Amino acid sequence: MGIFIDAFRDGLAMLASGAADVWTIVLVSIQVSGMAVLLALVLGIPAGFVLGTKRFVGRRFMLIIANTGMGLPPVVVGLVVAMLLSRRGPFGSLELLYSQPAMVIAQLVIALPIVAAVSAAAVSAVPRELRLQARSLGASPLQEAFMTLKEARMGLIAAVAAGFGSIISEVGAVTMVGGNLAGKTRVMTTAIVQYTRMGDYGPALALAAVLMGMVLIVNILLARVQSSAERYEA
Amino acid sequence: MTAAAIAITGIQKSFKGKMAVDVSHLELKPGRTLALLGPSGSGKSTLLSMIGLLEKPDAGTVELDGAPVTVADRAARMTMAAAFQRTYLFKGTVGENVAYGLKLRRISSAETGGRVAAALERVGLPGWQERSALTLSGGEAQRVALARALVLKPSILLLDEPLASLDPIMKWRLTRDFAQILNEERVTTLYVTHDQDEALAVADDVAIMRDGRVVAYGPVDEVFGLPVDDWTAGFLGMEPAVRGRVLESEEGVARIDCGGVDLYAVASLAVGSEVSLGVRPEDVLLFEADAVVPLSSARNKLEAVVAEIDPSGATFRVVVERGPVRIAARISRAALADLRLSVGTPVQVLFKATAVRVAST
Repeated sequence: MGIFIDAFRDGLAMLASGAADVWTIVLVSIQVSGMAVLLALVLGIPAGFVLGTKRFVGRRFMLIIANTGMGLPPVVVGLVVAMLLSRRGPFGSLELLYSQPAMVIAQLVIALPIVAAVSAAAVSAVPRELRLQARSLGASPLQEAFMTLKEARMGLIAAVAAGFGSIISEVGAVTMVGGNLAGKTRVMTTAIVQYTRMGDYGPALALAAVLMGMVLIVNILLARVQSSAERYEA
Repeated sequence: MTAAAIAITGIQKSFKGKMAVDVSHLELKPGRTLALLGPSGSGKSTLLSMIGLLEKPDAGTVELDGAPVTVADRAARMTMAAAFQRTYLFKGTVGENVAYGLKLRRISSAETGGRVAAALERVGLPGWQERSALTLSGGEAQRVALARALVLKPSILLLDEPLASLDPIMKWRLTRDFAQILNEERVTTLYVTHDQDEALAVADDVAIMRDGRVVAYGPVDEVFGLPVDDWTAGFLGMEPAVRGRVLESEEGVARIDCGGVDLYAVASLAVGSEVSLGVRPEDVLLFEADAVVPLSSARNKLEAVVAEIDPSGATFRVVVERGPVRIAARISRAALADLRLSVGTPVQVLFKATAVRVAST
């Protein structure tokens, strides 16, 4: 047990000292994953709404793609995004590889199908007749869509939680497209891997604690939103 | 003649190649309630959706106050409000539900509060604004759904089987309340139902639908009193209309020969004209063949025999015949036992001349 006690002590000391590189790592993680989740919600919820409520040719195929995407291995995403952004790739001229935007793109590709598929399931559970009822009371198509999303809010909160959970703890894709450059693209997961490889367990454990704390805080916030939404769902 | 609030012409709608609605013409007159009556699957709800601009017809036109309107015409749709069989209340409070349409119309919160309170009071739920909408009983939810529609002060109110999923006691109570509210509000209403009693209670006019078509349409008394064909007669629990010729017509009462049986009707008819007659089962009284019939103003007294006895809910439908005249009566279980009726039993039949509906053929 000595190894844990020593690492815990070292980690606490590091966090307490306010070492700039540790907090930079945390900040980069928040920036990258926060932006990726935000984009995944902006794109994924409308996509889920369309998939869950509209009937069109190719809908079933797109749902299969979204559901398959939920199980997409991050290393595969990392590989494909790295190839696309590499110098010889179609987007090489953008010179995005080993940058934060590249990491955001990779994490977006991981989170988007999850958000879209969970949102589609949530809105498709809202009865069509409820939308008809809203329309009959004067709702425009946009107001009808907002009403549907409001009715499906419990499922949408689950979509946010699932999307965030899938990328904040992800390590494969961000390593491959970000490169783990100190102060630039090093995030908590890649730093934990590196410190562990070096046998430097203190900082690894400290970052793991911050990571876990962050996941906990986000889920507490989501649970609070969920319980306020549950108020009238007895 | 009053212009129609809504008129539909040549409306057609099919699903998967099967014609669901094919109505050449139908009108909702201002301030009146039209009951759209028919068995399940006859196209009533689809027709309501098209009249309410919620569903696009394959062909035909809907006119609102004389101007053609379509599903894309939101301003026209904003003049209507609907409530359906399943109440489909939104998650939230009763107050939020009732205020939903007002918010869409950007009504100020002060006015919204007042109108919501008044609408809830109107449907018998005063002060229920803060209750959760998802914990209400079926009857309460229907009252909220009606308040949600009435609060908009719509020109056209669309009610699609609003009481169909309630238990009999609640249904009876709400039928009475809905009839009173619709009568007092005088809002033009389309009321879809498969229940004749409900239609009779709430409606001024009635249209009967069968296989997507309107087979009978007119004021309630007219449609319910004189079935236009055998199917409609069966649906209304009556016998097909009796054919006859007017023998004499004096002081508003006509004597009509129906294949050797004379019947009287309150109607101004030309002597010699061919007519059809009908009488509602609940207007017909039966007596034992040898009973002394009490003094009555009923002009029609026949000796007949029982041809059919069928249970019909809590009552029995007894068909009596004399020659070509077949008339249905509705009697209670106790009366059936008292009269010791069975097929072939001779009986005396009484009904008033005012109960006979007549139309020229």
